[in-house]
Amino acid sequence: MADAVVTPVTEVRRARPKPRSRLRKFFERKSTIAFFMALPLILLIFTLVIYPAFYAIYLTTLNKRMTATAWMKNCTYLPDWICTYIPFGNLQFLLTRETFWMVFWQSCLFAITAVIFKALIGFIVSHLVHNIPAKGQRKWRGMLLVPWVIPAAMSTLAWQWLFDPSYSAFNWILAQFEIERIAWTGVAHWARFSVILVNIWIGAPFFMIMYLAALKSVPDQLYEAAEIDGANWWQRIWFVTLPMMRNIIAITALFSTIVTFANFDIVRVLTAGGPLDKTHLFATWSFRLGIEGGDIPLGATVSLFMVPILAVAAAFILRDITRRGNEA
Amino acid sequence: MTSVTVDKAGPTRATPKYGSIKRDRAWALRWSFVFLTLFAFAFLIPPIYMFITSLKTSAEISAAKNPWWVFNPTLGNYIDLLAAPQYLIFFKNSAIVSVSVVVITMLIAIPAAFALSRMRFWGSATLATGVFLTYLIPETLLFLPLFKMFAVFNELTGIQLLNRWWVLLVVYPTLTVPFATWIMIGYFASIPKELDEAAIIDGASWMQTLVRVFVPVALPGIIAATIFAFTVSWAQFLYPLAFTTSIDQLVLPVGIITTLIKGDVFNWGQIMTGALLGAAPPLIIYAFLMDYYIAGLTAGSTKG
Repeated sequence: MADAVVTPVTEVRRARPKPRSRLRKFFERKSTIAFFMALPLILLIFTLVIYPAFYAIYLTTLNKRMTATAWMKNCTYLPDWICTYIPFGNLQFLLTRETFWMVFWQSCLFAITAVIFKALIGFIVSHLVHNIPAKGQRKWRGMLLVPWVIPAAMSTLAWQWLFDPSYSAFNWILAQFEIERIAWTGVAHWARFSVILVNIWIGAPFFMIMYLAALKSVPDQLYEAAEIDGANWWQRIWFVTLPMMRNIIAITALFSTIVTFANFDIVRVLTAGGPLDKTHLFATWSFRLGIEGGDIPLGATVSLFMVPILAVAAAFILRDITRRGNEA
Repeated sequence: MTSVTVDKAGPTRATPKYGSIKRDRAWALRWSFVFLTLFAFAFLIPPIYMFITSLKTSAEISAAKNPWWVFNPTLGNYIDLLAAPQYLIFFKNSAIVSVSVVVITMLIAIPAAFALSRMRFWGSATLATGVFLTYLIPETLLFLPLFKMFAVFNELTGIQLLNRWWVLLVVYPTLTVPFATWIMIGYFASIPKELDEAAIIDGASWMQTLVRVFVPVALPGIIAATIFAFTVSWAQFLYPLAFTTSIDQLVLPVGIITTLIKGDVFNWGQIMTGALLGAAPPLIIYAFLMDYYIAGLTAGSTKG
């Protein structure tokens, strides 16, 4: 019966005029449909991510008004052909600027310090949550994640008020202990401390959640075995927890390095780069130069300095993810 | 609760030979609670202080009394702010933008994730990796070229995008779609192949398979992606700050920061109220859908 039905159908199909059916067939093909389903995504990525990324590189070659190419000046110390053919005027301008190197150093300090402390605090807090009976964990986890949930710009506003020059609530507490008031955002090193502190406060809960998820995937038997073998708590962490969590620790830190290095909201709201550019990061400085200063090419040049570090972190993350994909 | 558990462990001290591990655990538990309380308190100081300040009048704030206590609580700040047409415009803009971005994100991400995880076409594996890489590109890298692109676009077509709130509908998907697609690929990949094979054999088209079979089954993933898209669009600060300037085009975070903070006027009570109300929608969503929120958070790098 089945054969009787199927055979005529194929005959009819063969009998059809060719060109039209071929086009239709193309559109009915699985891969074609799939391509059209993914087309909006492809268009979005190409027009609004990849194109602007290359456009940024082009922008770096222009002068402030974007009317002409920005050539290097006074570059007798370089071979002639470099000066005549390579439009690195903005780059040259930046590299000879003290503020640029300060921003460079500050960005690294900010990212490295913040990521280390976020990872440490996240690690500690995730262990604390993991230690308590499972019944109460949800409640604690819920409370501890609040800093991550509040929009960064809004919570930084609260910190700004906590750090207020004349009404700082922290200074009020210090005053109760007769400790001199601190200019949280007024002095360079305290301002740097403050922006890093706020970043840690916002980011540590994320680490906590990731590490908690990783801790839950470590089998209890391993700890029990270690405990019976007489391992103390430090040995249990060093020989059981860390090796089992290595992947998550690495990938979370890399993610966070990208986000922290490219951070904008916190510095922008808390100090706006001040005092005297002492807290600017690449992102905030490029905003200052590009949008507020009206020099888009220079701003774009500054922001492109984030690319190498981001690329390295992204390459490591990608390696990890494809490796795990292959294992699965 | 802490003390009860610890007391129960107490008697084991009489027989230390067997009880040492148990006693260790009781102590670990006790200390865990102590430190957790400390950490939770430290983590919650800013929101608590926001709330405290929002209940104060400017007079009380400037009186330099104990800033950690409210002597004369008032809802004046909330009433003033909610009665200000400006603030309501910010709120409306934020709500429209965030909800629309969620819809746009889902319309783009779900079919794309389905195509990438189930249907395969030339270059689909590369595209999946590309989606993930796109998610890693921070917005601080793209805002200047985008700014210039929109200006050029205006010159070419006469369509003004800069300083209009709908420009955010164009740029926010670049932040939300890659991640949403990525976690949806993960969720779709966990659905057994038999399910879509059965649907196809029963005569469903690919679109029907997606809408009737995959979407209902992957609903937890979709909810997680929706929450992510909403909170990201609600919290985004750089793009609206760079692309919109007129008061009536601002979204909430930028609106609060650019209009409420005026160097010479002292209104921290209102600023904190505004910030708290601006933080409220993500917090409320989080309070009710915590498990989905956390699932979305951990999916990004634990799935793949």
